[in-house]
Formats: sequence, C-alpha cells, structure tokens
Amino acid sequence: MSVAPLKIHDALMRRIHAHGVETYPHECCGALLGRDGEGSREVLDLLPLANQRNDSPRNRFEVTPDDVRLAEKTAQEKHIELIGWYHSHPDAPARPSEFDRDHAWPWYSYIIVSVQKGEPRDTTSWRLHDDRAGYDAEAIEITAHQASI
Amino acid sequence: MAVKVIIPTPLRAYAGKQESVQVQAKTVAEALTALTTQHAELKKHLFSEDGRLRSFVNVYVNDEDIRYLQKDQTSVREGDTISIVPSIAGGAND
Repeated sequence: MSVAPLKIHDALMRRIHAHGVETYPHECCGALLGRDGEGSREVLDLLPLANQRNDSPRNRFEVTPDDVRLAEKTAQEKHIELIGWYHSHPDAPARPSEFDRDHAWPWYSYIIVSVQKGEPRDTTSWRLHDDRAGYDAEAIEITAHQASI
Repeated sequence: MAVKVIIPTPLRAYAGKQESVQVQAKTVAEALTALTTQHAELKKHLFSEDGRLRSFVNVYVNDEDIRYLQKDQTSVREGDTISIVPSIAGGAND
C-alpha cells in the first residue's frame, strides 16, 4: 500500500528537530496537528509534550491519555485534526523499533527524528499497516509555504 | 441499556467511518464485545492475542477512567457514553 506524502512546513520541521536537541539524550515527543484529505495530509501545527516515561526516557516515550485528549481539544479549537505524533531516537536510527510497532495506532503519522550526539540527522515518517504487522514509510514533503489554519 | 461508544479517529476506518457506535450493554465488557461483534476489524486494535485490552487502550465512562472504577466490569446505564482514548508510546530499541 502506498500512502500520500506528509507535507510539513520547514519551520515546523525545524521545531521538531530543536525539540529533539533540547531533550537529548532523552526522547522528545509531541502531537502533529493538521488536515487529512483524499490523497493529501499536511501538518499545520505542533503540540510539544513532556515525555512521561521517566523511568527510561533515553529509549522510550509515552504520551498519557490526558495529553492525547489535550491534543485533540487543541486541534478542535483550531478547526484541524490530530493527525499523528513525533518523537526522537537519541543516538539511534530514524526507523520504527519493534516497540514502536507494538504500541502504534493505525492511521496516525509517526515522525521519527534521529538525534546523533545532540545533532538532528535523518527524519522519517511511518504509518502502521491495518493488520499491525508492519509500517509503510510515508514520504515527507518539506514545504516553503504553509496552508493557513 | 443503549450506550454510545466514542471511536477515536485512528480506529474510525474499522467502524464504518463512524465517530460513535450505539450498543446494548450492561457493563463496559459487554459494550466492547458488542462493538467488536458489530465491527470485527476493531478487535485486533483494542485487544491483544490473549483477549485482554491492550495496555495503551484507555476506556472512560462519562469521563471516568474505568481503571479507577470496576475496570471492564464497570456497569453502564442508559444514555452513558463510553470513550476509547489512546495513549501513545514508543521509542528506539535498546
């Protein structure tokens, strides 16, 4: 199955990278707010969140249901949708781990940024298969102009 | 009892694209069974292979987390709303 590219404005992608640098060597996380349409999906805003996995923040992240509801409410107030999540992999590749797959939800876009020695490197996006068995890579299209909210 | 189950956005594709589904149930467990009987594709996203609710699936009855009530044996009344709310987790391999 092929999925449409995920569009995101350059400034928003730089904010995700900056968040990953800020929390390094711990994982950062946040919500992707935007629009999902036929054959197109675009990130229009971010909601950076605190990583709640205090026992193992170097290689795990967690967003509580209260923060998920906050992200949904924030999106609704802006008349957009909660379309996915971002997190960082400190000193690890930007590809989903088995743990990522096991805990992922379908439909959402999952952006992963690899932060190597405190510097943002590869960034990828993924969507879980319907049968939960694997991921599809989702191309990221960096845009210079952002659609208005 | 007719209760409404709110379906989170990522699972709506498996529930006929509906935001909510009406089911007849006396407990949360009955409601989730009725829901996954109506929409079988939801089952693998809500329950693990051993039939237990996945740890990152949270269920609320009228804004109360069932973990602090009687879990899936929490009773529901006519007109109650059950919300399925994701929690999000992941991370790099060890």
